[in-house]
Amino acid sequence: MSTAAEQVVSYHGEVYEPSLFRTYSKKIGMWLFLLSDSLTFGALLFAYSYGRISVPHWPTPFHGESIARASIMTFFLLTSSLTMVLGVAAANRGDRKWTTGWLLATMLCGAGFVVLHGMEWHGLIHEGLRISGFTAPPHVQTTGEFADITKSAPQFAGTFFTLTGMHMLHVTIGVVYLGVVALRKKFLPILAILWLVAWLGTPAWSPFHYGAHVLLVSLVVCALVLFLKPKDYTAHDVEVSGLYWHFVDLVWMFVVPFVYLLNLGH
Amino acid sequence: MGKYVVIYICLLIIAALQFVIAYSHVGTAAMFARMLFLAIVEAGLALLFFMHLWAEKRGFLLFVLIFTGFALITMQYGWTDSFRMELGVPYTQPKPGVVQQ
Repeated sequence: MSTAAEQVVSYHGEVYEPSLFRTYSKKIGMWLFLLSDSLTFGALLFAYSYGRISVPHWPTPFHGESIARASIMTFFLLTSSLTMVLGVAAANRGDRKWTTGWLLATMLCGAGFVVLHGMEWHGLIHEGLRISGFTAPPHVQTTGEFADITKSAPQFAGTFFTLTGMHMLHVTIGVVYLGVVALRKKFLPILAILWLVAWLGTPAWSPFHYGAHVLLVSLVVCALVLFLKPKDYTAHDVEVSGLYWHFVDLVWMFVVPFVYLLNLGH
Repeated sequence: MGKYVVIYICLLIIAALQFVIAYSHVGTAAMFARMLFLAIVEAGLALLFFMHLWAEKRGFLLFVLIFTGFALITMQYGWTDSFRMELGVPYTQPKPGVVQQ
């Protein structure tokens, strides 16, 4: 006669199927999300490229300063990928101190990327590149290369801001995600301060003034998750967060050549 | 750690190559082809080694490649339409003798 414990195991064996591809379900879930997200970015890159082909005189406004900034941003993201994978390796070794350190380094690179990208957006908006949802800043240039582009090829601003904005949103969420995995509840006050700085530190016309509320929404979601299901994140959680981060980096590898570098084509 | 640093250096070199190509005197079509090739190599390295797809079951690797590849390739059906808009043929050209409203 089997014991109660054996009966439970036997019962569960019949109920639960073996996991997909014999790996843990969190990882499968993240991969499925990333596959669907790749379609989102594929569609946005397609939209940008479609506009480039179909609109006569598609603008190519990115020159020296923008290209230099894009190269620094690329360096930040590639470096963050290295620190992230080292964080995953440290987590697999069970080295808590180094895991946290590498994750914080990754967050720092990601934050640097977002700040640089934000500065680029501010510059472009000041020079007159806008979409209809943006408020015009005071002393905005009404003539010049970017102001002319807004009038002659509005598809450029639309596709550019949507593609890079969506990517920036992903990087921001990635930084928050890593903060939660690395610091858990200690990250909540930091996130609150970041939200206040981003909200109050940007002028009212800036898209980042209201965009900063993404951090507030993240704060609420993270607080709910951390207080309702407090747990110590394992190596699996670090690896899954790493998958997300590398995907964000991977998308940038396509954005830089197609949006920035092809501008320099002859 | 050594393997990851090597991959990181390879990624930096590929990214630098893209910037070199951008400043070289080649046509946009040729530049696009080279950029796309390098971006795919770069993404492949990140997928296989940083995202550890190389160490996963082969079935999983195939699942990711086939699913993503199929979806992204089917997305390309719209290119012909974008060229039609640029060239104005055949549908956007006014028919002879027909007054445009």
